[in-house]
Amino acid sequence: MHVGNYLGLVHGSEQHLVDALKKVAEHHGDEPDIEETCRLLASWSEKHLEHLGLLVQKYGESKNLEPANMEKALFHGPQKGSLALLRDLHDLWLLANEVQLCWTVLEQAAQALRDDELERVCQECGRETKRQIAFFLTRIKQAAPQALVVA
Amino acid sequence: MTSETRDSINDIWGERTPHGAGQAWPARVDERVSETPERWVRGACVLCSNGCGLDIGVKDGRIVGVRGLASDMTNKGRLGPKGLHGWEANNSGDRLVRPLVRRDGQLREASWDEAMSLIVRKSQELVEEHTSGAVGFYTSGQLFLEEYYTLAVIGKAGLGTPHMDGNTRLCTATAAAALKESFGSDGQPGSYEDLDVTDCVMHVGHNVASQQTVLWTRILDRLAGPNPPKIIVIDPRRTFTAEQATVHLAPKVGTNVAVLNGLLHLIIQAGKTDPAFLQAHTVGYENLNRVVEKYTPEYVEELSGVPAADLRAAGEILANTKTLVSTVLQGVYQSMQATAAAVQVNNIHLIRGLIGKPGSGILQMNGQPTAQNTRETGADGDLPGFRNWGNPEHIGQLAKLWNVPFNKIPHWSPPTHAMQIWRYCEQGSIKMLWISATNPAVSLPDLGRIRRILQKEDLFVIVQDAFLTETARYADVVLPAAIWGEKTGTFTNVSRTVHISCKAVEPPGEARSDLDIFLDYARRMDFRDQDGQPLVKWHDPESAFEAWKECTRGRPCDYTGLTYEKLLAGSGIPWPVNEGHPDGTVRLYTDFVFPTHADDAETYGQDFDTGASVTPEEYKANDPQGRALIKATDYREPHEVPDEDYPLWLTTGRQVYHFHTRTKTGRSSALNAAAPDAFVQLSPEDAARYGIKEGDWVLVESRRGLVIERARLGNTEPGLVFIPWHYGSWDDPSRPRAANELTLTEWDPVSKQPHFKYAAVRISRYAADALPTPGLLGRAVEVARHLVSGEKERTSFASESGVPQPKTTQRVDG
Repeated sequence: MHVGNYLGLVHGSEQHLVDALKKVAEHHGDEPDIEETCRLLASWSEKHLEHLGLLVQKYGESKNLEPANMEKALFHGPQKGSLALLRDLHDLWLLANEVQLCWTVLEQAAQALRDDELERVCQECGRETKRQIAFFLTRIKQAAPQALVVA
Repeated sequence: MTSETRDSINDIWGERTPHGAGQAWPARVDERVSETPERWVRGACVLCSNGCGLDIGVKDGRIVGVRGLASDMTNKGRLGPKGLHGWEANNSGDRLVRPLVRRDGQLREASWDEAMSLIVRKSQELVEEHTSGAVGFYTSGQLFLEEYYTLAVIGKAGLGTPHMDGNTRLCTATAAAALKESFGSDGQPGSYEDLDVTDCVMHVGHNVASQQTVLWTRILDRLAGPNPPKIIVIDPRRTFTAEQATVHLAPKVGTNVAVLNGLLHLIIQAGKTDPAFLQAHTVGYENLNRVVEKYTPEYVEELSGVPAADLRAAGEILANTKTLVSTVLQGVYQSMQATAAAVQVNNIHLIRGLIGKPGSGILQMNGQPTAQNTRETGADGDLPGFRNWGNPEHIGQLAKLWNVPFNKIPHWSPPTHAMQIWRYCEQGSIKMLWISATNPAVSLPDLGRIRRILQKEDLFVIVQDAFLTETARYADVVLPAAIWGEKTGTFTNVSRTVHISCKAVEPPGEARSDLDIFLDYARRMDFRDQDGQPLVKWHDPESAFEAWKECTRGRPCDYTGLTYEKLLAGSGIPWPVNEGHPDGTVRLYTDFVFPTHADDAETYGQDFDTGASVTPEEYKANDPQGRALIKATDYREPHEVPDEDYPLWLTTGRQVYHFHTRTKTGRSSALNAAAPDAFVQLSPEDAARYGIKEGDWVLVESRRGLVIERARLGNTEPGLVFIPWHYGSWDDPSRPRAANELTLTEWDPVSKQPHFKYAAVRISRYAADALPTPGLLGRAVEVARHLVSGEKERTSFASESGVPQPKTTQRVDG
């Protein structure tokens, strides 16, 4: 049983995403939509972490196994400017996809375990992660032409 | 010498002409002239979004008055105070009559050739060095359709810049977004005529009595007749509109979604949905039901402050009315979750099946008279003819029509919205901003920031206007523009009704119509199509209109059946007008088929909380294929809420006697005398708490800036203060007084409309006769100095002391 392994992984990834979202919100305060939306998205991931608490009680959590290496330090701290914003959104997109993949893997396990509660949590959290990713992509598409071509 | 049929200043709406449901709205012709006209010229009023039909009186080459057009379907002869008086601004002595070019820091008169050559040289240099992404356009809700369309073609197919928007982003962007999200396309489902028969009218964040006085007259006439409709008003202030309400809900600012979710909850609880309609003509009801389930009246009261019993009373009316007309405006659009809230109004109609039938209409209102046309033509960044930037077929249609390469037309992401255009200017990637017929130095949020941007060395600012506005004073080039009455063109009101407004007199001096200015720019830039022919193939208003008609062929806003001749025949005509509907279309969706099919839809939609775009693949996977979309979301709290430092809510809005930034209405003697100055409206409780009496000067501060206003007490809840916006510095530079010194730079994630309706502020009595504390004095003087430093062309400064000069007080504040 390695469910705890992935619970640990998703826990770390969500926490990482929360930290990154808050830093981006803070550093890009001159972009009000980025600031406010990143704070909102951070609150979603914080809620996911609460859900995880209960699952960890059930399945345990293992954070020191091999997949922990996947927790790459994608986010190096933002800089100012349009290219920096683009790179930060780029990193958030990668971080969120890491989270999304974890929920998918866990949802597969939930089905095999016939654990409806785990499956429900994976679906609910996964849906919101998908919305986070959709926002990053939309904003990246908006920012990229100006940042790469004009600025 | 002046003769008028009524005193519209003191009797805003005039005499009643009562009528019962189903009877025709009687005519009542309003007229005001300063001299007997030699001739009358057909026009339509551009001083609010109602767009009343009128005739312009002319004598000795000057406008001398107006009279309402009795045959016009929009107003049946009536005119409001702004319509009856606003034309005086045309004759104002301080019109711009020659181009101005900044030299050695000063705006100096120049020839048209000098001014246009400079603009063209600058454009070419920037495009060469940085691509057309360095050029932005910021237009208005005041130009005519022909001018917007020409601008859209120049921007999208000539330069190929995605950076086009207008101040319609501040007034009507949410109307467009909400209609697209619910029905797949822009355009009002209903009509003003629905008001003549409806059983119930709901005004959400819409003070129609003050903003569209003639439309309100239409409602008052129903209220005075047999079987009057019930009126529901949702507005935090007790306005003229709210005074007539059967039920007035006064929610805390920023809580519209909570209240509307509560109303939807009550209709569903009462079992009054229309299941057959929902099943056949909508998708998404189950999700709505799930979302609104928890919005019980008690929960809504907790969130919004609206007493549960009042919500129940409104819910009962909405659950049982046989017909319903809803109107929505800035109280919804300029607030938190704007699109989400506006869509909930659409949803009330959808779950009850009250759409596409006489008496049941939705009017997602426009703040400005010609805002609808910026949306239709794409001068606001959308694609002309309600086309979808995400649909290659639609881009291909435009490329074919304009005979330009597919990739010339920017469509890689949604067009750059106004707030982002200003951000790019701030960051320096947009290096030329062409502003036409609008005054962002007064109308945008957080004016301190806007002034800093306008003053940037690396931003070349062009302002095209009739007056040296607060914004024009920062320009590098000022182009004198002709205005209403001095040029011909068409425009479309919120009821989809197209009017023509003709040139009655010559513009003053060397002023030119906006159309002529854009045509001149296109010619000098030598924009060409793929065959080497001039890109812009028209040369005057009527040929521009004919070109536009081709762009709308087969689109929801089909103009192909319209001609100037038809529009001159005595009434505006609502689109679509085509072979199938030669006399226009009063009401859309009478067959309950909505333009939501993936091939038709103007948008694939956005996430209400984040603004994330729905991808074409996702949309197609759940293609609604002609059914309306029911979307819902939970209430979220505003981002800035009152706290210890800034304990009060500020809300802002317009008054009955002023329009836009008072560029015109402030130059009409009677309108100016009726509302000469801004003020801060306080509850008696708050006034007592801060030791403020009626008429005292009050210092109002937010995290962005400060203003000094006279106190007016009453008609607002404790904790909420109101300042009428758009009082700038041109006629009173003595003190900071524009409400937008205080407002915040933040916008709705879907429509990108800024939030003017709430900000956290603090107030204190401002003793103008005593010595202010040094810190306060310093700040006030600094703000005054900012205003002065923008004034590179010093003209009429009454006072630069920083001490407010008293003015006469306001009489009406509804």
